[in-house]
Amino acid sequence: MNQPAPYFHWGFILISLPNLVLIIVMLALFVAALVAPFPHGGGRHRADDDD
Amino acid sequence: MTEASGGGAEAAPHASGEGVGGSAAPDREGGWTTAVRDRLTRRLSIDELLPTRQPAYVGSWVYVFGVVTIAALVWVVASGTVLALMGSAWWHTSSLGHFFNSIHFWSVQMFFIFMVLHLWGQYWGAGWRDGRAKTWMVGVVIFLFSIVTAFTGYLVQQNFDSQWIAVNAKDAVNSTGLGGFFNVLNFGQMYGLHVMLLPIGVTLLVVIHILQVRSRGVVRPIDDPYVPDAAPGSASGGRAR
Repeated sequence: MNQPAPYFHWGFILISLPNLVLIIVMLALFVAALVAPFPHGGGRHRADDDD
Repeated sequence: MTEASGGGAEAAPHASGEGVGGSAAPDREGGWTTAVRDRLTRRLSIDELLPTRQPAYVGSWVYVFGVVTIAALVWVVASGTVLALMGSAWWHTSSLGHFFNSIHFWSVQMFFIFMVLHLWGQYWGAGWRDGRAKTWMVGVVIFLFSIVTAFTGYLVQQNFDSQWIAVNAKDAVNSTGLGGFFNVLNFGQMYGLHVMLLPIGVTLLVVIHILQVRSRGVVRPIDDPYVPDAAPGSASGGRAR
């Protein structure tokens, strides 16, 4: 832990391994949030009646 | 004594005069307090502040990112309060201090991760539609405030890491022209900003952001054809209050 992180260098892109892992995890989390089924309670309905 | 009673005698007609005048005036008095009260009552009814049901399209994990960000902020503020109470010697030397230091650090990581995920969700869902531009803009300001708050946090760790960051950042901030006021080598200024002014600013803005979201409800999906309150001739419909 107490040493510099490995870096990846592709052209103008320079990024550390922890940051790259974090971005990949965030993208995966976002995609999962889009496709994962959301548990609905008993009262699922179109409640947006806009009073 | 005489003056006091005389003053009271003079004051009485004013008070009763208001009452008389009030009976002749309209029921609702003017003034900014009435205007603010009416506006708040109209825009922030308790049903909208604490709803029991949400539209069906809110049933997605994407809408959880915002509230997770708020939960992380609660942990950030709570752990930061403990750190501020106990001081740097405590958070650097004791095991409990290390624990709270880590709680503060990792809750900040969660705060930023889920704030960015929330940002992605609102960006690709065009969350600023139907009169929600101010909500989006306040969110942007929260993001910017949070970055400065986190930056000042790195500067006040009271270790070599914070000194290294401060010395390097000094040149960067100077290059923006702000170095004369925002002096990253001034520990007192950075600490005051980090534990007082900026957290108050972020928290206040988050409260405003939540009230904005609650007052207008969650924006409809772009492709949602369900438009119950579309005005005749309206192209978009939806809630446009």
